[in-house]
Amino acid sequence: MLDNASATIAVHDHHGEAHAAHNPALLHHFAEPEQQRNAASLGMWVFLATELMFFGGLFCAYLIYRRWYFGDFGAASKSIDAFLGGTNTAVLICSSLTVVIAVWAAQTARKGLLVAMLGITMLLGLVFLGIKAVEYKNKFEEHHVPGASFSFENVPIPGHPGQFANPRHAQMFFSLYFVMTGLHALHMIVGLGIFAWLFIMAVKGRFTPEWHTPVEIGGLYWHFVDIVWIYLFPLLYLIDRHP
Amino acid sequence: MSAPDHSKKSPLKMYFGVWFTLLVFTFITYKAAFIELGRFNAAVALGIATFKATLVTLFFMHVYHASEKLTKLVVIAAIFFLMLLLGLTMSDYATRLWT
Repeated sequence: MLDNASATIAVHDHHGEAHAAHNPALLHHFAEPEQQRNAASLGMWVFLATELMFFGGLFCAYLIYRRWYFGDFGAASKSIDAFLGGTNTAVLICSSLTVVIAVWAAQTARKGLLVAMLGITMLLGLVFLGIKAVEYKNKFEEHHVPGASFSFENVPIPGHPGQFANPRHAQMFFSLYFVMTGLHALHMIVGLGIFAWLFIMAVKGRFTPEWHTPVEIGGLYWHFVDIVWIYLFPLLYLIDRHP
Repeated sequence: MSAPDHSKKSPLKMYFGVWFTLLVFTFITYKAAFIELGRFNAAVALGIATFKATLVTLFFMHVYHASEKLTKLVVIAAIFFLMLLLGLTMSDYATRLWT
């Protein structure tokens, strides 16, 4: 009995030492930091899989209506500023680069670089939302927001001279446009919140090469939001642009 | 998720390479949209988008270097179920009006 008890204490002591020496962030139900990291990352991936199905339903709705109202969607899409959309794509791609550099900086204990990259990522996220706001403002002024004051009269269908888009069908396009880009913008706002928290933690020096899991999985989230935009851009802005 | 692998050699060059490729293809997809390609306009746009998304997933999200096979399984399963959703729905709608 006594032997057993002292043996247990000895094991615990050894365990405690290992903690103090190596990694205070290692939780007790994980065998090693690598396993803990993998578990956190896997959890994020499973969440992103649900997010993919979430956006997937909207993409599916888009594809169905695009088939049904082909020309009307082309006409409606043409009214959106593709240059602003393209600029926003470039902004998000740049923010993905700063995120991946931030993760690398956390891995290699470069605190200054980590803080700077997290800060630039947030700035780029704000630029994206700012451009988005300009775009929405234009749509409001043009009465392209679905609802009582919606107006889309005498807009020619691309490739079919003399034919005009059905305003009711165009309204369907703008409904999908606002829901999809709106939901994406909401994800950007959530991402900005996550990165603000990461930024504060990084300034406080909480992240080490041994433990920077939040930077990694926060980065995964940001990249996913980038990927959603990579598909939204051609589907909403670039259809039937050619003369 | 593979911190030990990355710390040996700096991956920054690869990150900048991927970033530059993504920007170039964004420019290409933007320009290609203004050229008349018939039904291939959509194919080009979606092909480029898929190529870009693959680059982001493999290199920015570290799936290519992931030591954990479960991550790859989740990614493939997620894409599979998305394809199931889109594929079955669209094959239904595409064949519905046959008389």
